Amino acid sequence: MQTSKQNWAECRLPSPLDRPSLKAHRRPNILAERKAQHEYWRRPSFFLLPQSNPASAGCCFNSNSDPRTKEKGKRRERVREREKRGKKQPRRSPLSHRLRTQIRMTGSMDLPAKGGFSYDLCRRNDFLEKKGLKVPGFLKTGTTIVGLVFQDGVVLGADTRATEGPIVADKNCEKIHFMAPNIYCCGAGTAADTEAVTDMVSSQLQLHRYATGRESRVVTALTLLKSHLFKYQGHVSAALVLGGVDVTGPHLHTVYPHGSTDTLPFATMGSGSLAAMSVFESQYKEGLTREEGIQLVSDAIRAGIFNDLGSGSNVDVCVITKGKTEYLRNHELPNPRTYVSSKGYSFTKGQTEVLSTKITKITQLKQKVEVAEGGDAMEE
Amino acid sequence: MARFDPYENNGGTCVAVAGADYCVVAADTRLSVGYSILSRDHSKIAQLGSVLKFDVQQFRAEKCVLASSGFQGDIKALQKNLAAKELVYEHNHNKKMSCPAMAQLLSNTLYYKRFFPYYAFNVLGGLDSQGKGCVFTYDAVGSYERTGYSAQGTGAALMMPVLDNQLKSPSPLLLPARDAVTPLSESEAVDLVKDVFASATERDIYTGDRLEIVVINSSGTHRECIELRKD
Repeated sequence: MQTSKQNWAECRLPSPLDRPSLKAHRRPNILAERKAQHEYWRRPSFFLLPQSNPASAGCCFNSNSDPRTKEKGKRRERVREREKRGKKQPRRSPLSHRLRTQIRMTGSMDLPAKGGFSYDLCRRNDFLEKKGLKVPGFLKTGTTIVGLVFQDGVVLGADTRATEGPIVADKNCEKIHFMAPNIYCCGAGTAADTEAVTDMVSSQLQLHRYATGRESRVVTALTLLKSHLFKYQGHVSAALVLGGVDVTGPHLHTVYPHGSTDTLPFATMGSGSLAAMSVFESQYKEGLTREEGIQLVSDAIRAGIFNDLGSGSNVDVCVITKGKTEYLRNHELPNPRTYVSSKGYSFTKGQTEVLSTKITKITQLKQKVEVAEGGDAMEE
Repeated sequence: MARFDPYENNGGTCVAVAGADYCVVAADTRLSVGYSILSRDHSKIAQLGSVLKFDVQQFRAEKCVLASSGFQGDIKALQKNLAAKELVYEHNHNKKMSCPAMAQLLSNTLYYKRFFPYYAFNVLGGLDSQGKGCVFTYDAVGSYERTGYSAQGTGAALMMPVLDNQLKSPSPLLLPARDAVTPLSESEAVDLVKDVFASATERDIYTGDRLEIVVINSSGTHRECIELRKD
């Protein structure tokens, strides 16, 4: 089979633009027309028209001086006349809508349709992976967070190290987040995700408190968190330990990034969870006192700090009882800096070699533009 | 289908600083895998010749110390290999290996395995034949250079800028080329190394536990340990 270049070009699949339109005889150059129309609306000078009319100051588009508006006005008149005569509007074929969308989309910015996540790049990532690009792995969470139920309420604990791969980004960050005066939440996973999700649910709980006039319940926070995380199918990487005391008693829950939850008397999450859980499993018993509970939580967090490389620095503890919450920030500081040079450091001029110098004067502003105050057409 | 990965990074950092008549070689003692600690007391510094299990007093290279970070399995094999080659040298030439000779030997040994490298980032420190401190730094396949100071390992990127600033090293871009050996005294150099390790330990999760410092002098080799953060 001979496949010359010419034949191959002819063999390509027909595009929808090749299909003859039903109304093509009336508007033969519809594609060119639409393209020109789009380019007109997107021209650079569009936003720089001079402010001839003080009434339209602040508005970049002056409809009185724009010639295109009159044309559009004519079209509207045509439509109105047709309606007056009682004739139906012609049904737009899906083809012409696609044409219009196609041309409208050329050159426009690639914004997501609404707020939230846009998964456009997932296809690109798959393509790149097939081509052989090594995908950077998801970072394992570097944290130890724990919670336990004692006789009067709930104790939560967390370490204070935030890591970016092998580097410590923050030596003393806060991982115990406020949800309600009687509910706190420890977060492991991507820091942005835990912050955002706990802030969001905290606001929702406050609105709910205003609406109901009652103290928030832990199960409310739990349901809000789990439904949000499930909706995002695990892409919001937040592993949480939620604890609090409400009218129904003390509660402790764990929430996983995909949206599953557990209700437990003691729980640990994060990369140091195994080290902390070993402490809990050997020493936990029901009916602990407040001091015993705090000691056990500190022991568990310290196990995570010293045995897990992703966790470190200090121990934060939060004790929640009926009617009272105590946030013990930096309850223990078991890692002071071991050596400080007594000599100190001096950074005198001349320590860094200057190889060459070039001085460029910054030019003064040529023109200052004053914005006049007046009626703003856009404000109506 | 997960392929078998022959390498593993056990973490850690090594530093060496050369002075007018001394050389300081230091390394932390943490051995880790992934997010776990395997040992808090694993030395990364080897005095070449002493890994072989017979009386090595007379076979030790003259004041030459190797500090390596990376995959400790490959590092142990490399140290044994070097010790054997050093022994052969002494039998052939009837003298102990000098530090520059050992540097060349290490480079050749590493390049010999160019297509299945030793996952070892080495720093060789010692005194040259004139008694001045010398430091040789390597990459994984044997490219080496004599410098005034060097750091290798997971915390190297955190330490090098501080060393560059404090050791008043002349820029390599200046002409004529100036001597890289630092004018600091021995105690000042040791103080700097301790401080730089304490700082790197704050920010690198793979560096910590204990710091082992070996100082090589005209009077011999002296070893010192200080505690670092254990988290």
